[in-house]
Amino acid sequence: MIQSWSDLMPILPEVAMLIAALTLMLLEAFLSERNRHWLFVCAMASLLGVAFLITIDFSYGAQQRLLDGMLVRDALADVLKLFMLLATAIVFVYARHFFSMRRQFFGNFYVLSLFAVLGMMVLVSAGNLVTVYLGLELMALATYTLVALDRDNGTSTEAAMKYFVLGAIASGLLLYGFSLLFGITGSLDLREINQKLFEIATGDQGKIILMAFALTFIIIGLAFKFGAVPFHMWLPDVYEGAPTAVVAFIASVPKLAALGMAFRLLTEGLHVLQPRWQEMLALLTIGSLLVGNLAALAQYNLKRLMAYSTISHVGFIFLGLLNGGAQGYSAVLFYTIVYALTTAAAFGVIMSFAREGLEFDKIDDFKGLNKRSPWMAFLMLLVMASLAGIPPLVGFWAKLQVIMAAVALGKTFAAVVLIAAICAVIGAFYYLKVIKAMYFDAPESDVLPLATVDVRWVLACNTLVVVVLGVYWAPLAAVCNAVFMHR
Amino acid sequence: MDSYLLSLLIGLPMLTAVVVLALGEKRAEAAKATALVGSLVVLFLAINLWVGFDVSSANMQYVQKLAWVPAFNIYYHVGVDGIALPLILLTAVISALVLIASWEVIERKVAQYYAAFLVLEGLMIGVFCAMDAMLFYVFFEAMLIPMFIIIGVWGGPRRVYASIKFFLYTFLGSIFMLLGLIYLYQKSGDSFALSEWTALSLTADEQFWLFWAFFAAFAVKIPMFPVHTWLPDAHVEAPTGGSIILAAIMLKIGGYGFVRFSLPITPDAAASYAYILIALSLIAVIYIGLVALVQQDMKKLVAYSSISHMGFVTLGLFLAYQLAVQGRADTAALAIQGGLMQMLSHGFVSAAMFGAIGVLYDRVHSREIADYGGVLTSMPYFGAFAIFFGMANCGLPGTSGFVGEFMVILAAVQANPWIGFAAATALILGAAYTLWLLKRVFLGPITHKHVKTLDDLNPREWVLMGTLAIYVLYFGLFPKPFTDVMQPSVLRLVEQITTSKLPQEAGAQIGSIGGTEISPEGAK
Repeated sequence: MIQSWSDLMPILPEVAMLIAALTLMLLEAFLSERNRHWLFVCAMASLLGVAFLITIDFSYGAQQRLLDGMLVRDALADVLKLFMLLATAIVFVYARHFFSMRRQFFGNFYVLSLFAVLGMMVLVSAGNLVTVYLGLELMALATYTLVALDRDNGTSTEAAMKYFVLGAIASGLLLYGFSLLFGITGSLDLREINQKLFEIATGDQGKIILMAFALTFIIIGLAFKFGAVPFHMWLPDVYEGAPTAVVAFIASVPKLAALGMAFRLLTEGLHVLQPRWQEMLALLTIGSLLVGNLAALAQYNLKRLMAYSTISHVGFIFLGLLNGGAQGYSAVLFYTIVYALTTAAAFGVIMSFAREGLEFDKIDDFKGLNKRSPWMAFLMLLVMASLAGIPPLVGFWAKLQVIMAAVALGKTFAAVVLIAAICAVIGAFYYLKVIKAMYFDAPESDVLPLATVDVRWVLACNTLVVVVLGVYWAPLAAVCNAVFMHR
Repeated sequence: MDSYLLSLLIGLPMLTAVVVLALGEKRAEAAKATALVGSLVVLFLAINLWVGFDVSSANMQYVQKLAWVPAFNIYYHVGVDGIALPLILLTAVISALVLIASWEVIERKVAQYYAAFLVLEGLMIGVFCAMDAMLFYVFFEAMLIPMFIIIGVWGGPRRVYASIKFFLYTFLGSIFMLLGLIYLYQKSGDSFALSEWTALSLTADEQFWLFWAFFAAFAVKIPMFPVHTWLPDAHVEAPTGGSIILAAIMLKIGGYGFVRFSLPITPDAAASYAYILIALSLIAVIYIGLVALVQQDMKKLVAYSSISHMGFVTLGLFLAYQLAVQGRADTAALAIQGGLMQMLSHGFVSAAMFGAIGVLYDRVHSREIADYGGVLTSMPYFGAFAIFFGMANCGLPGTSGFVGEFMVILAAVQANPWIGFAAATALILGAAYTLWLLKRVFLGPITHKHVKTLDDLNPREWVLMGTLAIYVLYFGLFPKPFTDVMQPSVLRLVEQITTSKLPQEAGAQIGSIGGTEISPEGAK
């Protein structure tokens, strides 16, 4: 129960985000064409403000439970939220430029993105199945709409339909799992569920099969949100069909939220079932790694390639989740943060070339980029090498930590580790293909980047993070470790 | 100053590369000059390193240790011993020469070319002085990107195929090593320090897996038969500078990896499987020698000859186990030292051979042997140099090529006369393919018009050829400074490889050196 207003202080960031999103919605409706750029400024200001509200109250201390445990606040939630806000801000900078070059002024983009971010913030702070679902659906509905933003574009709307239908099924499955869980334990609170499950697991054997059912549905829902094989079907179509700015958002930010959700559900809620979900995750890992990497080899559209690359990276994220302990989660947190920032940079490069009538999303478009625009080619080289996991770029350290976490499990999952290692090599091939196109091939067109000064700077900083974190990743590793230290 | 010297050697080339890139293509002349000055300063520092090195000690010197990632106990930990030091000097010399050799040859993207070589130089020096396994791995892998770009951007017609093949082969090999490193990290109680790993006791099973994991990485890099197929492609397609670096230094990193990882960390497994590696080395020496004989392309011929020569390196390194089992520690040391000397010598000789091919290619733009003949008549000075290097390539006494091969064969005969015999046939094969190459290219009448009009060496090429000739000759006539530097480290290595690391036999020794006779199979 709310005793006083100060009880609401810990959820001030969420409240502020809600107010900001609603205000922006009103602004969008009433601003004249000429003043549209204020929307961007306000959106950035609200991201900054919310980030500020999170930092003033940040601590590595114990978990705070708010509103009868509906929401929790801990270092994990705060770190995830901060990086979600950062990635969103980066994407906004690219997106503003992208839309203005294409003469599309979707004010809704910012509003919907902010609602999606709000949903994700609720999701990563959820302490109750209802809050999990609430946050998830708020995020999902906003992203479905984002994909359909360019409503006159056939592929966009098709992608949105696929995303929506499959997403609705996944939500339904997740909800079914939740209801079974409620039926077994009689509680919606994740912490209580964990306790009850422990009692049941040590006593009543009859309910174990029911627990496995509930777990299966929940894992399916989770796998869908991550885009793990075999629940990945929506991903390539959405990546190819949606406007690039939206893809940049969907590719980076929701991964962080999905990680938060995985932690809340799997470890805070279903820790007792760890041996069971480990097996399921292992299968999803293998599937995602193989399908993602092999299918990516055959792509000629860079956005589609990035989609399959995402699937393979989800495989690596799941590889770390297998661990289930502090080491695994800390590795996965590092991985996801790094992945979100690197992906944003990759799409940033694509977006700084895109213009009206040109998506710049074919690998052929990148041919001879080094001759036309050496700096952009170099940035893309760094991004691709980092995604491929080549030291000393940060993508390598992310993969290293994840593999270390999986190796720590011992012989049981040795085969999965081996498959992951070989898939990393397969993966290197298609990233090299992009580098090859940029550096070795002769140019086919003379398209130059249109990026304005602000985009150039943000892109440069975004990419240099990949290098700087590669050489000096100790601080981020320390943060990721500290987040899970107090558990 | 002393503790920063290695960091300077690693960092200075990379910093210079940044400056060179910043100068850009518009100020290409300034970029080239900066690059050359940078590499000469590095060479000067490397000579300083050599001068200040304490020859009598087997310990790591110039050690610098800084915490890099405390959460995972990863350190920036560098140091050199007698095995790494000559290789660092070799890297500095060859890198400076490569920059000189490319002076007028490269016309496109000059600044990027020079920057790539400088970055490569820093990374290679880093590989040779890393004492932390993760640091080693970072340098080891990071080298791939600049080399990939060097082959792919400035290479020949099939450069794309060759560069991607090169990359994926090496990447696949090293990923297994990475798994091995992670396993050792956990086994050793969260440490990446090489010195701790060499003291770590490991069961036969663990050693088996680790040994083959390391093998996957280093056998590809060195390269050994049957994973050598990337090398001829990479060599043929790479620009002259790339070929020189690849043959003279990058291959040595494979051998160095064996010395740093396989031999001391998994001595028992290495002893058990030494016969396989010896067999593979002999196949490389003989079969690849025969393959070299039939090549029509000069670069391909020298590339195969490189594989054959590197076979001597692995032969020497793993013969040491056979000798250790027989209780001959001193001969084991000779075998290892022979392998290391062969690495150094091959560094100079292969650089010279590829440099010589580059000289011809720049003039005629063909690497086909059939396009030449009688070059000696039109280019007497160059011809003299080339024939001298050819002699060194087939191991003529008095040149550097002789020293290493002789030591390895000497050790081989003592281990098993048949191995010695097989290894010695390589001298014949080496002489055959090298002399036949020389005959077809340099001797005989001039059969092509374009050969008649060839100009002899220009000053830049004089520097390249002359410097290498001095090294080859000096190294062949007076190898003592090099063997002296290596001696203590090699003896310690022999001690390490003869000390069993199997847990139940703590302190036991392979062979009879420690007294009782324990064969590696028995210890298992």
